[in-house]
Amino acid sequence: MTTRYDTIVIGAGHNGLTCAAYLAKAGKKVLVLEAKDRIGGMAITEPTEDGVLIPTCAHLLYQLHPDVIRDLNLNLKMAASSLPTIALGSDGRHLKILGETLTAMNGADLSSKDQENYTQVMRDLKKFARVLGALLGQKPPRLKNRDWEDTKTLLKLGLSIRMMGRKSMQEFLRIALLNIADQLEDHLENDLLMGVTAMEAVWGTHLAPRSPGSVLSLMYRLAGSMEGTQGAIGIPAGGMGKVSEALEQAATRAGATIRTNAPVKSLLVENDTVIGVELESGEKLLANSVASSADPQRTFLSLLGAEHLDAGFTRRLNKIRNRGDAAKVNLVLDGLPEFNGLSQQDLAAKLVIAPSINYIEKAFNHAKYGEFSEHPALEITLPTVVDPASSRSNKHVLSIVAQYAPYQLKAGWSEEQRADLGEAVIRTLEAYAPNIRKQIVSQQVLTPSDLEQLFNVTGGHWHHLEIQVDQLLMMRPLHGTAQYETPIGGLFLCGAGAHPGGNVTGAPGMNAAQRILSRKG
Amino acid sequence: MGRQAKRLATDKMNQTRYDAIIIGAGHNGLTTACFMAKAGLKVLVLEKNDYLGGAAVSLELHPGWTYSNCSYVCSLLRPEIVRDLDLPKYGLQVIPYSGGGVFMQNGDHLCNYTDHDAHRLELARHSKKDSEAYDRYSTDLMRQCRFIKPLLMRMAPDPTSFKPRDLAELAYLGKRFHDFSEAQMAETLRFWTMSVAEFLDEYFESDVIKAYYAGSGIIGTALGPMSPGTAYVLLHHYMGEVDGNIGAWGFARGGMGSISKAMAACFEDHGGEIRSGCGVDKVLVKNGRTIGVVLKNGDDYYANTVISNADVKHTFLDIVERNDLPEDFVRQVERFKIRGSSGKLNIALDGMPEFPQVPKDSPIFNGDMHFTDSIERMERGYDDWKNGTWSKDPYLDMLLPTRIDPTMAPPGKHYMTVFVQYAPYHLANNESWDGPNRDAFAQTVFNQISEYSPNFKDMILHYECRTPLDIEREAGITEGNIFQGELTFDQLLFNRPVPGYAQYRSPIKGLYMCGSSTHPGGGVMGAPGANAAREVLRDLGARQTVRGY
Repeated sequence: MTTRYDTIVIGAGHNGLTCAAYLAKAGKKVLVLEAKDRIGGMAITEPTEDGVLIPTCAHLLYQLHPDVIRDLNLNLKMAASSLPTIALGSDGRHLKILGETLTAMNGADLSSKDQENYTQVMRDLKKFARVLGALLGQKPPRLKNRDWEDTKTLLKLGLSIRMMGRKSMQEFLRIALLNIADQLEDHLENDLLMGVTAMEAVWGTHLAPRSPGSVLSLMYRLAGSMEGTQGAIGIPAGGMGKVSEALEQAATRAGATIRTNAPVKSLLVENDTVIGVELESGEKLLANSVASSADPQRTFLSLLGAEHLDAGFTRRLNKIRNRGDAAKVNLVLDGLPEFNGLSQQDLAAKLVIAPSINYIEKAFNHAKYGEFSEHPALEITLPTVVDPASSRSNKHVLSIVAQYAPYQLKAGWSEEQRADLGEAVIRTLEAYAPNIRKQIVSQQVLTPSDLEQLFNVTGGHWHHLEIQVDQLLMMRPLHGTAQYETPIGGLFLCGAGAHPGGNVTGAPGMNAAQRILSRKG
Repeated sequence: MGRQAKRLATDKMNQTRYDAIIIGAGHNGLTTACFMAKAGLKVLVLEKNDYLGGAAVSLELHPGWTYSNCSYVCSLLRPEIVRDLDLPKYGLQVIPYSGGGVFMQNGDHLCNYTDHDAHRLELARHSKKDSEAYDRYSTDLMRQCRFIKPLLMRMAPDPTSFKPRDLAELAYLGKRFHDFSEAQMAETLRFWTMSVAEFLDEYFESDVIKAYYAGSGIIGTALGPMSPGTAYVLLHHYMGEVDGNIGAWGFARGGMGSISKAMAACFEDHGGEIRSGCGVDKVLVKNGRTIGVVLKNGDDYYANTVISNADVKHTFLDIVERNDLPEDFVRQVERFKIRGSSGKLNIALDGMPEFPQVPKDSPIFNGDMHFTDSIERMERGYDDWKNGTWSKDPYLDMLLPTRIDPTMAPPGKHYMTVFVQYAPYHLANNESWDGPNRDAFAQTVFNQISEYSPNFKDMILHYECRTPLDIEREAGITEGNIFQGELTFDQLLFNRPVPGYAQYRSPIKGLYMCGSSTHPGGGVMGAPGANAAREVLRDLGARQTVRGY
């Protein structure tokens, strides 16, 4: 116990690294502790024996906060910064979406009315998302006992809602908690278009298109931007791992120390104040504050221990919704896949299998009862096509998010269940790419339970916690700990379980660092 | 008709001008009518059916039996209205009931006891932990009820308006909210947005206990217990009171029609005029102003104020000419969601059916009985609805009013009401409710009950099966939705029924709404009717008879 750090950051995921970089830049002495043998958390790229790079978990970048990129001077190049989305139709008649522009492929049905209304619906949503997006980069205002900064945030928000004009404000207040299916069915007719748009609203959540609140989760997704384009999606050159590497560089450049293979066993507490951490190895490290990018349950129950918390807080903590519903399937193929009706250039896109709202609803029904769907909705990217440098052979990677596959499977996740899930995904793919099975060289199926193991995220949830209105803003993760501070002095939250939430944004890390720096001492 | 005859007719009509005409004699229309008549105005109520009450009616469909053939229990009716209209004087008597519970598939049951200790003991039989959580649950729910109750009898402020009255109402709301502690504020915000399943998960672990309480979160809505937003719907079944007992339920003696009858008597006592069998065909509009109505039979009546008790879709899409309305408004009305989600069976029984798994003297038979013993079964019922078919394993809310009110059936016989959730208005593959589907729907319900009551089917003397289509045809509510519109946040408060028109007024001068499509929504509450009367009386500069604001 020789050195005392200003702040110890637990977890070298993108939020932990962002938090560390900001703190170090402000001249603080910072140590980052990572349990695994590598940094990056869920934003990593891993090489395989076949000479390809696999985005093990996250595979698209669309929300990295522009302040993070600017303030930390991130060295990040994009292989593509505005990928189109292609909604696959099983008959080869697809819809291509880029921004608000729709293209019917191979003679797909698309009325000019749908074309026009889609543009309008998305413009409105983006407008509302921008208003809410202003909140991403700050601590969420408290409901009571507000400080001046909170009041300012609220006033600004109120004003920007007012400034939209009366009609827009009415529409905003009406649809804020609406379900996306109603909003789409009120304006559109095309099943494929409604399916893919509805799916955008529910990726990574335990919601289906008819669940109230799904419009809000779409607005959350649309609040981000890529290189200045709102709602754009991209893939970094070299894969998602490059985001973490860039953040790591920024942190070390600023003077932070990063230790991998250093799992934290518990937090050291004295007089209701955290004074440091104890590692699994028994080593004790002291610090004035600890910022945890681990999920809230892990932070409070495993690392801190319920004995330091009051019963009500613990009870509420146990009830936060953090069960993942999305599985990740990575397939290595012996060559370029052939999708019905898609050319090779078309493969540089995000492909979506969610052909109608009812298809998604039916897939979701299973998840409610602890079963995985036999006909899941799929989000597919081909990183090796978008970024040829990520393959050193003629092999290709299909990176697939499959929904719905619940964390708590009634039957329990076993080797067999995992194989069945992989089979369901491949069978679903076959309807769109008939030869795909023969091309598979190797496959990796990661259930939410596997993601929990791999990334130390309780519940295996992408966003750590559900992105639903009762777990956002001043209620994320719980009221009483929503401004990155916790009931325990010196302990802060800086992960996706804190405002504004999941996806690779860096925002919780950035906001938490500001919060820590604004404290006295 | 010759020109002269026409003019004569017109003259006759001019003699029968009214201060206000109310379309529909449902309980809200009658409430509005009473308050307006009390203010000394000359009011006419027009009802399409031959009987009054809309969905609060008592009908003899089988000799000797009185059916509450739509709504069937009473609790939400605002006590302020009962008092101000002196309804007991006009014959309304509400008899509280208690009991009820769930028959479980494993042969056990859950009984709801009025006595607090007895109830906790019963809960403990299923889960000791849940019996300990019960008080916390009641307290939390009561706090939400207390928060919302004062809002029921107030106009919903428009947050986009700068009018002093809206700002004052908003400030009132803000102040009430601010009276909470920070933790209570957060709990309130969560409560308004979460699903009833998640809400109950925070208190209980036993499936059957959760299922018993979750029922109130789905009754009448096209949402499942796992859909966000259903916790709030709980309130629509909890914020009522009988004789000052908050959350209590009762039967109107003589059926729900007694409420309408008492209101009609009060109205007529104050000089009001009711015409039944008079369906309104069109609202007459001249220069953007209402001047009266034309009936289906061609008769016309004139008044500068017309108040519609019909739902917002029926009002503005059927009986108001489209080109009298702004296009934008019509579009918003078109997308208002009134979804058929439930059906109803009224059954005349030859005696008390046996339920062998429960002791004969159990209070379970005196209240609301159910057979759905887990939230999962309830949610699966909703999946059927999403697929365009009625629930194969439906959630039933079954009562025997004759256990408490002997006036509804001959001695020794019983009247049973069974509310059935879910039943869609639109069946898949464009199938029709008329014909075999209605019978199959009824059989689904009978089968569920007979699983627990071997002699139930033999006891049936007569039954009436009401699908959403039947409710629409009879009560006139679009899709037969019991709340005249979904109770989701996009359709509550200042959004109900249409943003910018949530204060009972419409784009047409002199045309108002007073039905459950308006704030605060459905249930036999009377609040929309009273609130509408307050706004109309304000606009007319008449004597204010609606107290409160």
